[in-house]
Amino acid sequence: MIGEWLDIGWADEIPVRGSRTVRVEGGDDIAVFRTGEGKVFALLDRCPHKHGRLSQGIVHGGAVACPLHNWRISLSTGEALGEDKGCTPVVPVKVSGGRVLICRASTLKAAA
Amino acid sequence: MKHEPIPRPAGDTRDHLIVIGNGMAGCRAVEELLARDPARYRVTIFGAEPLVNYNRIMLSPVLAGEKTFDEIVINGRDWYDGNGITLVSGDPIIAIDRDARTVTARSGIVMGYDRLLIATGSDPFIIPVPGKDLPGVISFRDMKDVEHMLAAANRGGSAVVIGGGLLGLEAAHGLSLRGMKVTVLHIMPTLMERQLDEAAGWLLKTALEARGQTILTGADTAAIVGEHHVEAVHLKDGTVIPADLVVMAVGIRPSVALAREAGLDVGRGIRVDDHMVTSDPAVLAVGECVEHDGQVYGLVAPLWDMCRALADGLTDAPSGYRPAATSTKLKVAGLDVFSAGDFSGGDGAEDIVLRDASRGIYKRLVVKDDRIVGAVLYGDTADGGWYFDLLRRGDSVAAIRDALIFGQAFASGGGVADPKAAVAALSDTAEICGCNGVTKGQIVSCIAKGAHSLDTVRATCKASASCGSCTGLVETLLALTLGDEVEAGPKTMCKCTSFGHDDVRREIVAQGMRSIPEVMQRLHWSTPDGCSSCRPALNYYLLCALPGEYVDDQQSRFVNERLHANIQKDGTYSVVPRMWGGLTSPKELRAIADVVEKFDAPMVKVTGGQRLDIFGIRKEDLPAVWADLNAAGMVSGHAYGKSLRTVKTCVGSEWCRFGTQDSTGLGVRIERATWGSWMPHKFKIAVSGCPRNCAEATIKDFGIVCVDSGYELHVGGNGGIKVRVTDLLCKVATEAEAMEMCAAFIQLYREEARYLERTAPWIERVGLAYVQSRLLPDVQARADLAARFVYSQSFSQDDPWAARVAGAEREHHAPMARFQPVGEMA
Ligand code: SRM
Ligand SMILES: Cc1cc2nc3c(=O)[nH]c(=O)nc-3n(C[C@H](O)[C@H](O)[C@H](O)COP(=O)(O)OP(=O)(O)OC[C@H]3O[C@@H](n4cnc5c(N)ncnc54)[C@H](O)[C@@H]3O)c2cc1C
Ligand code: SF4
Ligand code: FES
Repeated sequence: MIGEWLDIGWADEIPVRGSRTVRVEGGDDIAVFRTGEGKVFALLDRCPHKHGRLSQGIVHGGAVACPLHNWRISLSTGEALGEDKGCTPVVPVKVSGGRVLICRASTLKAAA
Repeated sequence: MKHEPIPRPAGDTRDHLIVIGNGMAGCRAVEELLARDPARYRVTIFGAEPLVNYNRIMLSPVLAGEKTFDEIVINGRDWYDGNGITLVSGDPIIAIDRDARTVTARSGIVMGYDRLLIATGSDPFIIPVPGKDLPGVISFRDMKDVEHMLAAANRGGSAVVIGGGLLGLEAAHGLSLRGMKVTVLHIMPTLMERQLDEAAGWLLKTALEARGQTILTGADTAAIVGEHHVEAVHLKDGTVIPADLVVMAVGIRPSVALAREAGLDVGRGIRVDDHMVTSDPAVLAVGECVEHDGQVYGLVAPLWDMCRALADGLTDAPSGYRPAATSTKLKVAGLDVFSAGDFSGGDGAEDIVLRDASRGIYKRLVVKDDRIVGAVLYGDTADGGWYFDLLRRGDSVAAIRDALIFGQAFASGGGVADPKAAVAALSDTAEICGCNGVTKGQIVSCIAKGAHSLDTVRATCKASASCGSCTGLVETLLALTLGDEVEAGPKTMCKCTSFGHDDVRREIVAQGMRSIPEVMQRLHWSTPDGCSSCRPALNYYLLCALPGEYVDDQQSRFVNERLHANIQKDGTYSVVPRMWGGLTSPKELRAIADVVEKFDAPMVKVTGGQRLDIFGIRKEDLPAVWADLNAAGMVSGHAYGKSLRTVKTCVGSEWCRFGTQDSTGLGVRIERATWGSWMPHKFKIAVSGCPRNCAEATIKDFGIVCVDSGYELHVGGNGGIKVRVTDLLCKVATEAEAMEMCAAFIQLYREEARYLERTAPWIERVGLAYVQSRLLPDVQARADLAARFVYSQSFSQDDPWAARVAGAEREHHAPMARFQPVGEMA
């Protein structure tokens, strides 16, 4: 049986206030973020506006600013903040013993 | 249900409870039990340490010399004797036989139990580096470790503490008070990152450094070395730190070996239910060794709750353990640090931040749905208990929200809950601006005399013009005095601050600030880590102020500058190598052609800046593309940067029948001198060989038009959104003068323009006359500007591509993991 969580690596491989990606063959990448406070979040690496790579944005507080047109996306809900409307799918993530685990089903959905 | 291989004492019919672990949780559990039913169990406690039950958290004050061991004993001999408890100390249990219901101690004692309580605590985590077992390398967990440290301190010398968390810092503090030269190595960028946010972590680091400790963050230990005893610690970056003592305080792991051996269900800790019962109903566990609902613990408060639930269960009145929020305080005299709950923000969470630089205070409350969910306090922790109480009770703070951050006295002070009323109530002699000694009366009279905006108040009576911590008070005074007539001030940098760009730049230089967190603290930022507008600006201002010293913050850069390429709408990148002055060669063209083919680039295009742009490169392939271009001698063209872009040239006197000077050669020389420099915005240069101006020099940030008698220097042009023709700055006779003027102009722009302000709007704002006054009359001032530019260039002319090719910041280019979904989806 394959577990419901995918182990993707150590949390400290993700730069603080930065992100890394997880490549899912045949689908969108997943962007995994670490905030200034060390919390880890994961979203589909696709801005709800025009599909900018959120992983390449600037992380501040609990949000990321999209690199293409600077929409602010909440890391915990994937919702666009402020005036903008739209939502990016969230990938459940947890950190266990320093390892980052992302939800298998959501990851595979990214490829579907 | 009796099961007793070893005979019980004659006449004693009580159940026998054996406790493994004479520490904080084990003994507290027994205390709770005695309080409920002192007659119910016969109790035996085994302890590995040869001591009575003491308060482990007070080991830090013992190390620091503030307490003696006797003062931290919780339960002395008389407690065990008086309650009929058998203590077997200095004799660890080495095996549990659950079938026979016995435990075996190292000394050989075998003893039967009816109920067994495991309270073995945690083991310090030892990082697996070479030399970890050398004499002189210890952890910080028990009295024996403290004795080791005291002995080492008596001999003097240097200590290295690995780990900048609570434990490590308390060890470092004690050792430093005892006269050792202490270096703290912390792998993360900020201290105590699990309890403190970046701002508080920075304040803490600054305070510890002021006390003489050396704090190295981002420090990764490679090895501990020494012949017979530790002598030094080596870091992965090559640093060597001499050490007579190494204290490892990098974390703890639940002590579960015994339980695992006995076949109990063990995850990260010994798994227990709400009543602290393990997978074997006769065996209980409590303290740091347990895992409850997936959680393990490292602070005492939750352990006390566990002990209550355990005692309730053992006396047939089960209540059940419920995890609650925890709070932390650092036990270092004179440094007040407090944190509680969850301060990571997230959705719907709002930050209330108060920074008072002059008193070294930082307070941050995280409020969600009108309830406090997290708090970080530095410098003034007096209200920590009150906030923690509000947090745990989940009380609504809606009614006191505006005054909440000022603390309990202010927020619950009835009449003064309205901050406006509180300011109105102040006497005229009350000092509002501490930095400049300005009273309320002076500010009000200055407003009455016509200062109707924050800015004019700052300009006339200096109130809030320095550190700005009284900005809110001055604004309230404006509102009280003028009602609706208050004029909006000039635009602030962003929503995170009440200061404008110019104020921030001036203060960075005036106060000698050195890092982004420092600026945010000293200038009272209202957010914990800024936003995507202010972070890149601050990064630039610091870089400009501290050439060669400031360490660039990659996470405060827009993607293009972080990846040294231009992001495209499909997420791929374009790559533009520099072609000095628009010149190229067969070798360069061949290398570009090879890259296009090798990486299947879908397009290659001549840019409007006289060079070639390769499109559609994947982030992962960038380093390989750069390696190939580097091999042909090409470097980054910075087509992505707030920096020098291109120097366009025309053919000039070398070939053109009208050419008056060597415009191509001058363009190349200027590009060689100015490339790599970071600026407020992008910067373009062109050199035309005659007034026909084929290089379009009069719509560039700096343009040179060659004439027979010399060089006309033009500034402030823009060919973009709003076309602006340059102003003529001056005319010079020689190439050397033209190059000096170019360097001086760039430096003036670098030092004075606002971030994201190109030269055209900058000159429109400050006026051509001002720019001329800074560059023309005073020869020395111009030479100084040019010299500052040359100095800063000495640090910025390394090809960023080459560094990446050599492996720097590899994580930007590679995914963390890859997944190939397989058929099982269907
Ligand atoms: C590649 C290029 C177009 C081309 O194929 O020729 C180009 C491409 C872009 N330009 Fe440009 N500009 C290019 C020459 C120009 C020129 C012509 C010139 O430099 O002589 C101008 C007008 C001159 C000027 O800047 O004054 C120009 C004025 C702009 C502007 C408007 C700037 C302004 O101050 O008004 C922007 C927007 C901005 O910077 O905010 C812009 C922004 C951009 C961006 C960076 C859009 C963006 O933010 O992503 C484009 C990036 C495409 C990419 O990924 O490579 N580009 N852009 C040219 C690269 C030149 C080079 O070799 O580095
Ligand atoms: C220096 C220091 C400072 C601290 N400061 C704070 C603070 O400020 N605030 C806070 O909340 N917490 C603090 N803590 C953490 C706190 O001390 C622990 O959370 C607490 O002691 C855990 O209690 P415990 O009973 O689970 O483990 P312990 O107190 O460690 O007790 C476990 C005992 O079991 C013994 N043992 C282990 N295996 C066996 C065996 N096989 N047989 C017999 N005995 C065994 C051990 O020797 C130990 O005596 C600090 C800890 C340290 C070391
Ligand atoms: S003109 Fe517009 S579309 Fe063309 S490259 Fe410049 S920014 Fe992009
Ligand atoms: S694609 Fe993200 S803001 Fe436009």
